[in-house]
Amino acid sequence: MLEIKNLHVKLADEDREILKGLSLTVPKGEVHAIMGPNGSGKSTLAYVLAGRDGYEVTDGDILWNGESIIDMEPDERAAKGVFLAFQYPMEIPGVAGLTFLRTALNAVRKKRGEAELTTPAFLKLVKEKGQKLNIDVDMLKRPVNVGFSGGEKKRSEILQMALLEPTLCVLDETDSGLDIDALRVVSEGVNALRDKERAFVVITHYQRLLNYIVPDKVHVLADGRIQKTGGKELALELEKSGYAEYTHKAA
Amino acid sequence: MAAVQETIDQVRKIDVDQYKYGFETLIDSITAPKGLDESTVRFISAKKGEPEWLLNWRLEAFTRWKAMTEPTWAKVHYPKIDFQDLYYYSAPKSTEGPKSLAEVDPELLETYKKLGIPLKEQEVLAGVQGSRVAVDAVFDSVSVVTTFKDELKKAGVIFCSISEAVREHPELVKKYLGSVVPQSDNFYASLNSAVFSDGSFVYVPPGVRCPMELSTYFRINAKQTGQFERTLIIADRGAYVSYLEGCTAPMRDEHQLHAAVVELVALDEAEIKYSTVQNWYPGDAQGKGGVYNFVTKRGDCRGHHSKISWTQVETGSAITWKYPSCILRGDYSRGEFYSIAVSNGYQQVDSGTKMIHLGKNSSSRIISKGIAAGYSQNTYRGLVSAHRKATNVRNFTNCDSLLIGDKCGAHTVPYIEAKNSSAHFEHEATTSKISDDMLFYCRQRGLSSEEAVALVVNGFVRDVLQQLPMEFMAESQKLIGISLEGSVG
Repeated sequence: MLEIKNLHVKLADEDREILKGLSLTVPKGEVHAIMGPNGSGKSTLAYVLAGRDGYEVTDGDILWNGESIIDMEPDERAAKGVFLAFQYPMEIPGVAGLTFLRTALNAVRKKRGEAELTTPAFLKLVKEKGQKLNIDVDMLKRPVNVGFSGGEKKRSEILQMALLEPTLCVLDETDSGLDIDALRVVSEGVNALRDKERAFVVITHYQRLLNYIVPDKVHVLADGRIQKTGGKELALELEKSGYAEYTHKAA
Repeated sequence: MAAVQETIDQVRKIDVDQYKYGFETLIDSITAPKGLDESTVRFISAKKGEPEWLLNWRLEAFTRWKAMTEPTWAKVHYPKIDFQDLYYYSAPKSTEGPKSLAEVDPELLETYKKLGIPLKEQEVLAGVQGSRVAVDAVFDSVSVVTTFKDELKKAGVIFCSISEAVREHPELVKKYLGSVVPQSDNFYASLNSAVFSDGSFVYVPPGVRCPMELSTYFRINAKQTGQFERTLIIADRGAYVSYLEGCTAPMRDEHQLHAAVVELVALDEAEIKYSTVQNWYPGDAQGKGGVYNFVTKRGDCRGHHSKISWTQVETGSAITWKYPSCILRGDYSRGEFYSIAVSNGYQQVDSGTKMIHLGKNSSSRIISKGIAAGYSQNTYRGLVSAHRKATNVRNFTNCDSLLIGDKCGAHTVPYIEAKNSSAHFEHEATTSKISDDMLFYCRQRGLSSEEAVALVVNGFVRDVLQQLPMEFMAESQKLIGISLEGSVG
């Protein structure tokens, strides 16, 4: 279970508070959507969960399965099962996707005290996961994300997620820059990974994604705090009325 | 390069005894006095039992050297070297080395462990007393040595120390020594010509494809040859040879100054591939100590359709001053230069190449990858030139620099001189930084910050790594990762 308690976050080199007492609980097996206007702190939340530099937690705590993770390095969190699907996945020239993934998977396995996978075992695993998600694994022969289309980048993120088998998946605007077909493939991938042991935090601007990934709960994030929580119908409501109500409330 | 005790013992039996005329037996008892004058040169030559012509050759070099001044154009800074304060022919270091691994710098041992070097080999590399097997004799298995000697002999390939070549093949040495890098070439090459201790000699006869990669690993040599090493490789008409120099393991070495000379000669349709992995002591975290590496390496594509290819992975030394070059004399000859230069801490690298196009339709390719971290300075300096009569020559140059952190520097200094209008020269250069975003992406996937840097850097240098022989590729990959440890906070 993910528990975020009264989380206050500011930028490390600026005196600007972005999250102002955010509290949120996501039980295992559930998918929670975070929706909100631009600048409400959605991406900050994703980065702080993953442990990116440049943010300072001034108050509050983040617990994953009862353990505080705010002092952990990003790779320690990854080993604890935290995965962030990036809004803009980074390109790594010269490093084949397969090399990247094998290095990552073995690094995580090592930290979890599991044996490293041999190359044949790894390749078999990649093939299996790719087939299951209907994602062509050929793109993993190319350097990581280099020259990938928007759709390919997001598919690659989902494939990475499937391989690393995280227990807390944070999807940061995974729908941005996707056409309908790509959106469907990505959503189906996510749905295939839904599991009673796995929690999802899906961050999005638009209700559209939630037609494909049906959330258990929808939270409205505005001005650094959760302003409202509801069922999936809340997303439809927002689609109609926009965020004005919440930003006004915040102001 | 896993060596086991048994291997080393066997090698000792097989090869050191055969080396009884060599350098090893003399070195035990004799040290030349400090400083350098004509008598030092005579002393070295006499100790090596050299013929008159070679002594005169050395003396001529020494006369030239005295009239020269140290070059200052490179972007490197170091205190002035007192050439009279050095030993030019000294006693073996076994009397000064640590007595056991327990006395060796633990950091060095840690690095050995990471590279997966066996214990016995670690002793040799660290210069532990009693490890009488020369560093150059570190190799995989003894069968390599025996089969290798037989096979080379069958093929007619000569591969021996340069001292041995002077004795056994004087006509070849006389003909080619100094024909690529003359005694008067530059300050350090002249110094080397006057006082060179030993080095490798390779001759591949016409039409012969050398049946294996030649490596300094395979050659038995005395320990003290490193300082002023002299290498001469000749590929006769239609011959092919691939030569590996160096070692991925860091070597303990009390010499600060290294001034080697390497000469390559490729005759008609011959090909030489020369690969180097250099990992000398770079100095401590404060930039104290470390080897000064002032090397002159040059290949002469003397015949038509000849080819010389340099590949280097440079991670060590406090100062690197090195420009492996090709003189493309033959028509349709080809020169290649692939380089990875990694600098960290307070290291200074000024390295690059020269492609001198003299022959018609000659072509060259330069791929240089510089990686600077810490407080280091990393400079690519290269010359591409086309002679007035060298028509239709082509060059492609690609210089990429990668910066890690904000205290280091990367510099590119290309010189391009086309003296006729048919030359086709291309130059590409990029400078990039490993971004925090890229590292975060890797770390989010589970890589530690060091693993992340190693991965990104290995991607950056992949084009060049692929040029290395297989067994060196994997080791070099590891080595680059280790060299950059601690480069990100």
